[in-house]
Amino acid sequence: MKLPVQRAKIVFWLALAALLLLPFVTDALLGRGWVRIADFAMLYIMLALGLNIVVGLAGLLDLGYIAFFAVGAYCYALTGSPHLALAFPSLFPGGVHLPFWIVLPLAALVAGGFGVLLGAPTLRLRGDYLAIVTLGFGEIIRIFLNNLNAPLNLTNGPQGISRIDPIRVADVSLNASQEIFGITLPSVHLYFYLFLAFTALVIFISRRLEKSRIGRAWMAIREDEVAASAMGINTRNLKLLAFAMGAMFGGVSGTLFAGFQGFVSPESFSLMESIMVLCMVVLGGMGNIAGVILGGVLLALLPEVLRHGIVPLQQALFGKTVVDPESLRMLLFGGALIVMMLYRPAGLLPSRVRRRELDTDEAA
Amino acid sequence: MNNIAALPLLQLSSIGKQFGGLSALSDVSLHIRRGEIYGLIGPNGAGKTTLFNVITGLYQANAGEFQFNGHSYKACKPHVLAQAGIARTFQNIRLFANLTALENVMIGRHLRTRAGVFGALLHNLATRNEERAIAKRAGELLHYVGIEKPGQTLAKHLSYGEQRRLEIARALATDPLLLALDEPAAGMNATETESLKALLQMIRASGITVLLIEHDVKLIMGLCDRVAVLDYGKKIAEGIPEEVRLNPGVIAAYLGGGDE
Repeated sequence: MKLPVQRAKIVFWLALAALLLLPFVTDALLGRGWVRIADFAMLYIMLALGLNIVVGLAGLLDLGYIAFFAVGAYCYALTGSPHLALAFPSLFPGGVHLPFWIVLPLAALVAGGFGVLLGAPTLRLRGDYLAIVTLGFGEIIRIFLNNLNAPLNLTNGPQGISRIDPIRVADVSLNASQEIFGITLPSVHLYFYLFLAFTALVIFISRRLEKSRIGRAWMAIREDEVAASAMGINTRNLKLLAFAMGAMFGGVSGTLFAGFQGFVSPESFSLMESIMVLCMVVLGGMGNIAGVILGGVLLALLPEVLRHGIVPLQQALFGKTVVDPESLRMLLFGGALIVMMLYRPAGLLPSRVRRRELDTDEAA
Repeated sequence: MNNIAALPLLQLSSIGKQFGGLSALSDVSLHIRRGEIYGLIGPNGAGKTTLFNVITGLYQANAGEFQFNGHSYKACKPHVLAQAGIARTFQNIRLFANLTALENVMIGRHLRTRAGVFGALLHNLATRNEERAIAKRAGELLHYVGIEKPGQTLAKHLSYGEQRRLEIARALATDPLLLALDEPAAGMNATETESLKALLQMIRASGITVLLIEHDVKLIMGLCDRVAVLDYGKKIAEGIPEEVRLNPGVIAAYLGGGDE
């Protein structure tokens, strides 16, 4: 306790070491499939942190957030795969194949633009009404992606776009094992480290924004929009900024997803996914970055744990699979949310404000 | 410049406001001089708060215009008027309840500071200095209005009187020329009202013009330089408090009837 700064430093370095070793430990103990699951968990964390800006800080309930993930994913899918060359041979004879690192900022900007596009007509809406419109927006994007294969085959419809170029870092493709310092790093490990770096960046940006003049203005809008505007906050611009920032996080995550997966199709961007990301934010603790990360990890792992745990368990107990893990997932998930709302309404790790509130209540 | 300083700070000309068929304000004209404390009184439903909301941009007037500090404003958003120098409090306290007292006041500094997204991300020297200045000023203002509890206390955990003061501190943080207070003494006991009075006098002495809606007649009489009386959306009297108090129209509006 004497040197909290030093202690925090030690904790940080230990955590970093643990994270760097995580793919190897996971690989050795649980198998390579779980490293892949960890990769996906980080994509979800990025999404949840992006949504946290919109919902947790600015208080704008967005039920169609996955649309921005889709926008990012399709940006890279279209510019990094042979699809356009096949669909429009005369326009793109050799395919587009833009490098990932050029597409990434562009995709973030495009997603941010879509964020503004969603934000602009909904500026006057609050609460339930905003939620309904954003829900509609998410569905519109998905349905467009599903149907834009005719008359011009832009998105290849429900079949999705495949053969997306893998992400390359410094001319090294992450799709094949690489040997560094005599250690063999399989592809999923490489992606793990890339996503870890991006997640760290997203966390850093979230923290900086939260503790800034902009973050305070967002919280003011969340708390009382009328009072915020009477205090000189331009609520229109700041709400649009919140939508755009959140959407950019989603777009970046989507671009990474497309490169990692090598394939995208509209069914990855269903309403259920939007709800899932929102639940990560709510379950973990709205407005608290650590909470949102925890929520993201838990909800990304839950279905996999069920898939790998419940089926063998049922086999052992009853000799056959009685309940499909997929339906069990929703059941447990709903149950968990109800229990949460009853016992920890502020989330697993409540934001600092809520925590302080509890402290003061105890002191009083 | 001289010219502007000679004008009244706020000049309302024939302001009218209708809600559907209901006329909440009609043909209200008044002016507020620089440096005075101006009271606005009237029976419940007389249109005081409506007039307030027109001045602070929450409502748009249907008729008339108003000039503030030499500029004409029509159909302006609240944040534009806040930028121009009108800060307000609310009749039913509207603090940022789940934020700390200090953060509430810091948010009031928003429009006098500049850091944007890039400043937040880079956290460069200018941003850090600005943040420090914001926090320092906010702390000073908390002290100025007399909130001695730690700035880390959540706004909603302050006592009622402190919440009213916090709203004033937050409004002062915007560096206003005109501080508009909507029933600041509502629900306060005699001691609290007395110290509120002292605070308002101190604010006026610092050069800020004050517009005050109030029911507490004693407070109005003891504090205001001039008073306007609204009744059914019309201005029925204006002048120094003693004069207004004896005005038969005002007495009638408050006591009803008029012939008795």
